[in-house]
Amino acid sequence: MQEMTVSATMDQIGPVTEFVNTQLAQLACPERIRIQVDVAVDELFGNIVRYAYGSGTGPATVRVDVEDEPLRVIISFVDNGVPYDPLSAEFADTTHLPAKERPIGGLGLYMVKKTMDDISYCYRDGQNILTIRKSI
Amino acid sequence: MSATVYEKTNGVLRVYPEGRLDTATSPALERELHQHLEGVTDIVMDFAKVEYISSGGLRVLLALEQLMEERGGGLSLTHVNENIIEIFELVGFMEVVKVERDSERE
Repeated sequence: MQEMTVSATMDQIGPVTEFVNTQLAQLACPERIRIQVDVAVDELFGNIVRYAYGSGTGPATVRVDVEDEPLRVIISFVDNGVPYDPLSAEFADTTHLPAKERPIGGLGLYMVKKTMDDISYCYRDGQNILTIRKSI
Repeated sequence: MSATVYEKTNGVLRVYPEGRLDTATSPALERELHQHLEGVTDIVMDFAKVEYISSGGLRVLLALEQLMEERGGGLSLTHVNENIIEIFELVGFMEVVKVERDSERE
């Protein structure tokens, strides 16, 4: 298990993505999957930056685990902010609507749900823990 | 995302972004783009050097498409790689914006 703790700020999205990509490279992850994971990292870390600590900031940890047979990467995003389960929000599929009628929110999480094998949330010891899994 | 090149001719703005259009970089691209939009009715964005796009980038594209539509034009994307096409298809973007795949060379 590898992990990286940074302050939950926009400028840390780059370093966190590089950290995850280093782990993926060791698993000979195909580019197509690497890009889907990078987008998920962007969306989920970005949500922590925007919402976890209100107008302030705090720490965010990104943890990478690997499972064998089948080879899977498990990435957890941990923050100590306000308890919030993003998966509890009702998501309406609006992808069939014309551009003008689309609501702006919810798109990121929708993309993550569609591209990852699964996504789960738990609140434990004062921490929001959002976990994604993806077969390589 | 690194420096973006802009070319404007007869109301058509050509944009050449590079790298990632993500949560961190998209707001800067949007601000920069808006400085070039006077008299522009159509935007052509060359995606040859774009690695990937997240919802932050999609929102910028959606807003540009709406603005150009109001001006009687539109937004089109060229040289889009397959990984990004897959993301577009997932969120129904292919019906919203004109997209030319990377293999369809001019």
